[in-house]
Amino acid sequence: MTYDPRLAVDICGIHMNTPIITASGTFGFGEEFADFVDLERLGGVMVKGTTLLPRRGNEGVRIAETPAGMLNCIGLENPGAEVFLKETLPRLKKYNMNVIVNISGSTTEDYGTLAEMLDVDGVAAIELNVSCPNVKEGGIVFGTDPVAASAVVRAAKAHTKKPVILKLSPNVTDIVMMAKAVEEAGADAVSLINTLMGMAIDIRTKKPVLGNITGGLSGPCVKPVALRMVWQVAKAVKIPVLGMGGISTAEDAIEFLLAGASAVVVGTANFVDPSVTMTIADGIAAYLDEQKVAHVNELVGALQA
Amino acid sequence: MPETKKENHITEVIENVKVSEGVWHITVKAPKLAQAAKPGQFVQVLVEGAGLLLRRPLGIAGADAEQGTVELFYRVLGKGTAKLTGYRAGDSLSILGPLGHGFDTSAGNVLIVGGGMGLAPTKFLAERLEHCEALLGGRNAGELFWTKYYEPATEAMHITTDDGSMGTKGFTVAVLPELLATGKYDRVAVCGPEIMMKKTFEICREQGVPCEVSLEKRMACGLGACLSCNIDSTDGRRLHVCQDGPVFRGEEVFA
Ligand SMILES: Cc1cc2nc3c(=O)[nH]c(=O)nc-3n(C[C@H](O)[C@H](O)[C@H](O)COP(=O)(O)OP(=O)(O)OC[C@H]3O[C@@H](n4cnc5c(N)ncnc54)[C@H](O)[C@@H]3O)c2cc1C
Ligand SMILES: Cc1cc2nc3c(=O)[nH]c(=O)nc-3n(C[C@H](O)[C@H](O)[C@H](O)COP(=O)(O)O)c2cc1C
Ligand code: FES
Repeated sequence: MTYDPRLAVDICGIHMNTPIITASGTFGFGEEFADFVDLERLGGVMVKGTTLLPRRGNEGVRIAETPAGMLNCIGLENPGAEVFLKETLPRLKKYNMNVIVNISGSTTEDYGTLAEMLDVDGVAAIELNVSCPNVKEGGIVFGTDPVAASAVVRAAKAHTKKPVILKLSPNVTDIVMMAKAVEEAGADAVSLINTLMGMAIDIRTKKPVLGNITGGLSGPCVKPVALRMVWQVAKAVKIPVLGMGGISTAEDAIEFLLAGASAVVVGTANFVDPSVTMTIADGIAAYLDEQKVAHVNELVGALQA
Repeated sequence: MPETKKENHITEVIENVKVSEGVWHITVKAPKLAQAAKPGQFVQVLVEGAGLLLRRPLGIAGADAEQGTVELFYRVLGKGTAKLTGYRAGDSLSILGPLGHGFDTSAGNVLIVGGGMGLAPTKFLAERLEHCEALLGGRNAGELFWTKYYEPATEAMHITTDDGSMGTKGFTVAVLPELLATGKYDRVAVCGPEIMMKKTFEICREQGVPCEVSLEKRMACGLGACLSCNIDSTDGRRLHVCQDGPVFRGEEVFA
């Protein structure tokens, strides 16, 4: 297929037909959306969070709707890296999409092991999830400590030739400091934001709505926070920033680009409209026409402040 | 089973009316969905309103390929279903589907067992089956407004109410053993409260009659991607109601 060259970008050496990626945990392995989306037109698919061993995820209620958003505590249910490599990855070949594998470990070494296992054909890049708020052992610790996060980046980089993207948690006091630390440790890009830790209570039963009590908030309600963080981080680092958090329309996506994101990542909005990424791509192209801008790259960081 | 293409249908509301206390019936024009829909499958309805985000899963309660219409029944429970009652004829409604795997519709005499909103998807099943009878349960006669839909679609109706205001007093599962003992039925399809489905399955197992059950779980995507609708299979696997179900063989999910 040929695509609008004005939307094509190169991020960490990965050719992307559009700067629109789908967020881990919200788009399955991509194939679930094949009826709705030209997967090759996407910049990439960040697939389900993958761990060394299979995980069953959390028990009880895993999602709750909140005003203009949702909470989730899936708990990284996934078949494990081995099954992913043996069964899933070969199946994804036919879609000709950039597969970005989102990985989570319980220890620093886990990230190295996973990075090495995934250093194979068919994987475009690795995204390190150091901020999953729904998993008790580890995760959040790496995501809130610049030293631990840097160690995770180094462990991954030492074991793979693929670009390594570190996914930043918004549940920190100073996200800029985190971003700078992982840049220095060798991350090829940062993606942000992961979900904001939240909760909901059923006042009739006086019990938490979610089985895990707390969960990660996502969707339109987090967008202003995400946009602010992307803007702050993009100003502070030289590596590409992949911006996400509540993006549902082309206008949202353009805001993130203007704030300094080199590409945008769409999550929760896929649940509302499974073909939303295509609508966003069309909308960005229309904006380029309207603004007489030659290439989407010209929008990146073009905020006039 | 070859999968039909999932699609987002921008439908037009034909009628949206209250049929009983807190229960509404909505009919939409959706020709392609009406063609593709199979009993037991569901749709994800996008109810638009301030602050609402996710789609609401509803079982397909009828599909008329000739008229190009699809029917749904919904109980007004929270914000989304309350908002849905405000849709009027001519309004447009975005409906994603058909989703999931439905009931077995092959030849045979089927006993449909249902209670509450579970009677919505099984109504569609009754309409598509050559031979079936229905065992309908409700708290009182008022809740069994369903009979008018089942009457033309079934060969016989058996009714129970908790208060005895209609049919036999008691639960469906109290009547089920004698019905099954007649040996008339090749299989059972049940949809209703989980406890009713579990009991129904257990009685069917005792009598050696295959039983399909239709489960409900909170859903976000409806496409097998978000993993919010997990359940455990009896052999210890994680299943996802939206993709592996919502209809399961009883023994797959009830020990
Ligand atoms: C496969 C399937 C088929 C269904 N078919 C029908 C049907 O034919 N008729 C009918 O009346 N109801 C049906 N339900 C239940 C229906 O989806 C919920 O009652 C409805 O989503 C409640 O929405 P609300 O906005 O009124 O409630 P709210 O409480 O405001 O909903 C908040 C969130 O919780 C979810 N939620 C709340 N209760 C349920 C529930 N019981 N099941 C799933 N999600 C829930 C909603 O989808 C929404 O995302 C079905 C559910 C599933 C999973
Ligand atoms: C149901 C669900 C599951 C998620 N699972 C993961 C995951 O496995 N790994 C990860 O890094 N982020 C995960 N996320 C976070 C998203 O990738 C994304 O960072 C976040 O939702 C913000 O974007 P959004 O508002 O566009 O959804 C998940 C989000 C949701 C809603
Ligand atoms: S609702 Fe998303 S996986 Fe079932």
